[in-house]
Amino acid sequence: MAEMTINKKRPVNLDLTTIRLPLSAKVSILHRVSGAGLFICLPLLLWLFGASLTSADSFAVLQSVAASLPVKVILAGLIWAYAHHFCAGIRFLLLDLHVGIEKEAAAKSSAAVFAVSIPLTLALWWGILL
Amino acid sequence: MIKRIVVGAHYGLKDWIAQRATAAIMMIYSLLMTVVLLIVRPSTFEAWQGVFANGVIKFLTFLFCVSLFYHVWIGVRDIWMDYVKATGLRLTLHVLTVTALVGYTAWAAAILWRL
Repeated sequence: MAEMTINKKRPVNLDLTTIRLPLSAKVSILHRVSGAGLFICLPLLLWLFGASLTSADSFAVLQSVAASLPVKVILAGLIWAYAHHFCAGIRFLLLDLHVGIEKEAAAKSSAAVFAVSIPLTLALWWGILL
Repeated sequence: MIKRIVVGAHYGLKDWIAQRATAAIMMIYSLLMTVVLLIVRPSTFEAWQGVFANGVIKFLTFLFCVSLFYHVWIGVRDIWMDYVKATGLRLTLHVLTVTALVGYTAWAAAILWRL
């Protein structure tokens, strides 16, 4: 049986306005936010994928739809979500393998997630849409 | 330090591994497809359709979709478990999530095997 000894009367501060999130916490919560966003947009992504493969006509319609600014912004958001989820995911897998779990290394790898995911988003957005 | 036995019936180890295994599969697929698309550079409908009509890519794409939906199930279920405390609502959301993901799997198969 599981042995658990947890003190139930620990002090709790869940006031989000007074909590200062370190960079690694921002990577973590954005991993969840980007994952949730991608989940919500799955029907849209499947529809886009299906339409792109159905016929030359539907492909052409998609190309013109993707050229409009609001759609470009939404797609940029989805590309960012994938890029961030991807980069943060690699960081979490390495942490699972006990790579870079020291405080300093973990802080550096959180910064690396943003340093890679943001340029990657711009590169993919530029590569796919322009 | 909490000492507990992590093997046995439903301690979550299976989901923990599945979440990571599916992540690794999707990562490999993403890198592979980036290389394929950079080589083929499909700019027309025929070229784009040709990429996914390839038997190997079609299979790998479906494998990616299945990995994605399993990965999504674990992640979204964790979100419901963290924020939704009312049992009935949480159960409803779990059922809706699974239903949607099973539907998406069939949808992905239909898209790919029309080609």
